Amino acid sequence: MDEPGVVIAFWGLAAITVGSALMVAIVRNLVHAVLFLVLTLVGVAGLYITLSADFVAMVQILIYAGAIAVLMIFAIMLTPRTARDNSETLFRLPAIVLGGLVAATIGLIAVSTEWSEALDGPFPATATLLGEALLDPFVLPFEIASLVLVVAMIGAIVLVRED
Amino acid sequence: MSVGLEHYLVVGAILFGIGLFLALGKRNAIGILMGIELMLNAVNVTLVSFSRFADSPRPIDGQVFAVFVITMAAAEAAVALALAVAIYRSRETISVDRINLLRW
Repeated sequence: MDEPGVVIAFWGLAAITVGSALMVAIVRNLVHAVLFLVLTLVGVAGLYITLSADFVAMVQILIYAGAIAVLMIFAIMLTPRTARDNSETLFRLPAIVLGGLVAATIGLIAVSTEWSEALDGPFPATATLLGEALLDPFVLPFEIASLVLVVAMIGAIVLVRED
Repeated sequence: MSVGLEHYLVVGAILFGIGLFLALGKRNAIGILMGIELMLNAVNVTLVSFSRFADSPRPIDGQVFAVFVITMAAAEAAVALALAVAIYRSRETISVDRINLLRW
């Protein structure tokens, strides 16, 4: 990918994504953390667009930045103000060390490996390809996913119902 | 300067590390859930970038996996947030270091 627009978009979106993910970890207020999480998720959707995955980018914005963010804000608003701080437990330092080590390991392996890259170029449009893949080789996982969604929704309703 | 597969994989690795820190270190149950969502997103970034760059007979499969991961993340978020609200109702807190009824 050598087009200057894609290169500039990648670096800008990567900076937004990683920066706001760091802010999720840094800010003390849980509501602010959710807003930075939404910014991270939108940045990831932009990264999908630079990878020519238009359908996945739209699904990301609809489900993550739309539904899951609203769900989290609901959960925060249903718990009281005193439960809205975002501090760490005693595991703060081990968690920082472990997260840094995992990120460094995966990153170094990703950089040092010789990947056999395809030279196909970007996808033309992915919605048709995805629909055919979901209904031909992946039809069983597709149906199981819909079953899991129904079970999860019923389970959530049963869990929060007043009795 | 061209952007290749490694750049996306490094972004995914950094996001995964931050998500791991959130999931292990945060006190609030909703903060932990945010870390889990961040880790799922990091894996999605690597899946979609492999589907764009890797040499494969059916390159779209990576994006199909990403769609499945997003579906499961939605189900998991709904159940986890319902659990957080239910735990708050019975224990008056969602701090994971104060939900210690089962402690040895």
